[in-house]
Amino acid sequence: MSIINFQLSIKMMKTFPIGGIHPSDNKKWSKGSAIEVMALPDVVTIPLGQHIGAPAVAKVAKGDKVLTGQLIGEAASFMSANIHSPISGTVTAVDMQPNGQGLRQMMITIKREGDEWVESIDRSEELVKECTLEPQEIIERIKAAGIVGMGGATFPTHVKLSVPPGKKAEVLIINGVECEPYLTSDYRTMLEYGERMVVGVKILKRALGVEKAYIGVENNKPDAIKHLKALVAGEQGIEVVALKTQYPQGGEKQLIAAVTGREVPPPPGLPIDVGAVVCNASTTVAVYDAVQKNKPLIERVVTVTGKQVASPKNLLTRMGTPITSLVEMAGGLPEGDVKVLNGGPMMGRAMVNLASPVTKGCSGITILSGAEASRSAASACIKCAKCVSACPMALEPYYLSKLSRKGAWDVVEAHNITDCIECGSCQYTCPASLPLLDYIRLGKQTVMGRIRARAAAKK
Amino acid sequence: MTILLFTVLTLCALGILAAVVLYFVAQKFKVEEDPRIDEVEKMLPCANCGGCGFAGCRNMAEALVKRDDISELYCPAAGAEVMKCIADFLGKAAPVKEPRVATVRCGGTCEKRPRTNAFDGAKSCAVASSLYAGETGCAYGCLGYGDCVTACKFDAIHINPATGLAEVDAEKCTSCGACVTACPKGIIELRKKWPKQRAIFVSCVSKDKGAVVMKACKAGCIGCGKCAKVCEFGAITVENNVAYIDSDKCRLCRKCVNECPTGSITMIGLAPLPKEPKVAPAPKTEAPKAEPKAEVAPATEKLEK
Repeated sequence: MSIINFQLSIKMMKTFPIGGIHPSDNKKWSKGSAIEVMALPDVVTIPLGQHIGAPAVAKVAKGDKVLTGQLIGEAASFMSANIHSPISGTVTAVDMQPNGQGLRQMMITIKREGDEWVESIDRSEELVKECTLEPQEIIERIKAAGIVGMGGATFPTHVKLSVPPGKKAEVLIINGVECEPYLTSDYRTMLEYGERMVVGVKILKRALGVEKAYIGVENNKPDAIKHLKALVAGEQGIEVVALKTQYPQGGEKQLIAAVTGREVPPPPGLPIDVGAVVCNASTTVAVYDAVQKNKPLIERVVTVTGKQVASPKNLLTRMGTPITSLVEMAGGLPEGDVKVLNGGPMMGRAMVNLASPVTKGCSGITILSGAEASRSAASACIKCAKCVSACPMALEPYYLSKLSRKGAWDVVEAHNITDCIECGSCQYTCPASLPLLDYIRLGKQTVMGRIRARAAAKK
Repeated sequence: MTILLFTVLTLCALGILAAVVLYFVAQKFKVEEDPRIDEVEKMLPCANCGGCGFAGCRNMAEALVKRDDISELYCPAAGAEVMKCIADFLGKAAPVKEPRVATVRCGGTCEKRPRTNAFDGAKSCAVASSLYAGETGCAYGCLGYGDCVTACKFDAIHINPATGLAEVDAEKCTSCGACVTACPKGIIELRKKWPKQRAIFVSCVSKDKGAVVMKACKAGCIGCGKCAKVCEFGAITVENNVAYIDSDKCRLCRKCVNECPTGSITMIGLAPLPKEPKVAPAPKTEAPKAEPKAEVAPATEKLEK
């Protein structure tokens, strides 16, 4: 009887309605390792642009002394984020450094001397549950702390919380889905920092003035669901929603559809148009730290994982720590050819420069062997439309890919290429191993550029 | 028999009726078009390369016939001679433009610019450069996937498998500029075409600082500025850590070539100047690509013609 009940409950479990795939989640490598605190790095490099929007403006120059948690980069506009020093020491350079993809980016280099924090930061372990601040004050604190979406998209959180006039937030959804294979940083955060997260949820609810908050977690993390359910047992208006595992459920629009059944209109439509605000689980913990402890976003949990990795780990790391030291903590790079990804295998970006730093959006480092990573040879499209069925945004990937390849930018724009969330489901499912997303991403970038150029020309 | 006759006659009558109707309709809705447009179109290469700025040769032909002043219209693929023929045919002043040739400004061969990683994605320069720096340590160099080759309608540019770089066949190149637009790294430039395919250019566009360039590539420009100092014609400028030779000011005197410490100034069809003072043989920094009989140091004025 209980088995039937269980099967029924799985069948009735919520998920998003369109598309989706079921890759092997591979979370087993690192899900059992408790979060470890990384040793402080000796030198950090902090990119000024580690969020969507305008890069921050450097507030320090070579030779300046900085404290841990001190503001070193100021948000350049509303759509930007502050950046703080993750260590104390001396600024040795403010110059162009190669990022993970080998492209040069403005970065601040700091050499560590001790670990002295800014005094206003509360470093105690004590859980502060009460928050009586006004919504505007909460948003100000979040903005000051430089918090951005830590699931990978790095959208500034204060922008998300500032509901535009004429629109109203109705529900808050906490994204604890972590649908990306291999990664376990949000999972470990929910298990170990669950208490802080729940307070964070209450703060976010207060900031938005919403009655209802949902915490969406996929059912491949039953212990996280159980733990969170126990934590929110006495709370009013917070509900843990178990979701049927399906990639890319962690996509903002997919999660809204799964939890509320509402469909976000195509761009420029935003989640707020259906009354939803989505915030990642790790970001919620950062919100707690910022509002209750006055602590800016200077550290995050990073998963270092892979089949060949000697000891996969979840590491609490200061921003700006070189990726190499994280890889070394996990037992170093395996023998032979490897592919190191900033993120997971579906949406992560391959890295060519391991000296590049951990940034606000870096949720994991996935290390694949050459054999695991290499693609099969592409053959011709047989128009099987598997990609169309898999696309969670109801696009036609084979068509967009082909036309992007041919440079038919007007046509792909008319076919809503900017809707693409670059989840890679199409490429994953393609039996001809076509590089669908490679070309779609190119098309999307080009079309976005053309839209921006048109907007600029109008002004 | 009668049925057959009746059928044939009916069909003939219908045919004549239709012909009469069509004749009057054609007269009524006739589109007047200058017959010279067809003639001019035939003279153009009909490659529809877009090098003139129009969508195709037909549009160019229309513009040539309709506009009074055709000095701005030039078909790079046809060249000056054909343009003169067309201008004579139309009785207008022929547009004059110096012949140009596409030039690939990257000298980072496989040997000089070692690969640091392997790219497994779609083999397209545009895709690769939208993702990351490329397979080598240099984020500015030729990627070698051949977007320029695909763009070229004249079979004038190819990837040399030995060097991994794009190479232009100056004979076939019409300077239409399709490759210039196709290259996401902005390496290809249309430069002045000298006789006998002679050329001198800086084969590097890296804006990185000298030390970074040297680490990534042995043939890169480090922006030291020695070449700019020695140039008598003010043709060389150094900006953003990279030297640039203005092909309209350069007189092919080749002094800069000897100054360059990394050998990033490429010389085609010319023998190097002897190194001063009194170094007997020509410097062996780069093997001269010209045949031994290429005249050594002809007067620059002569070349300019």
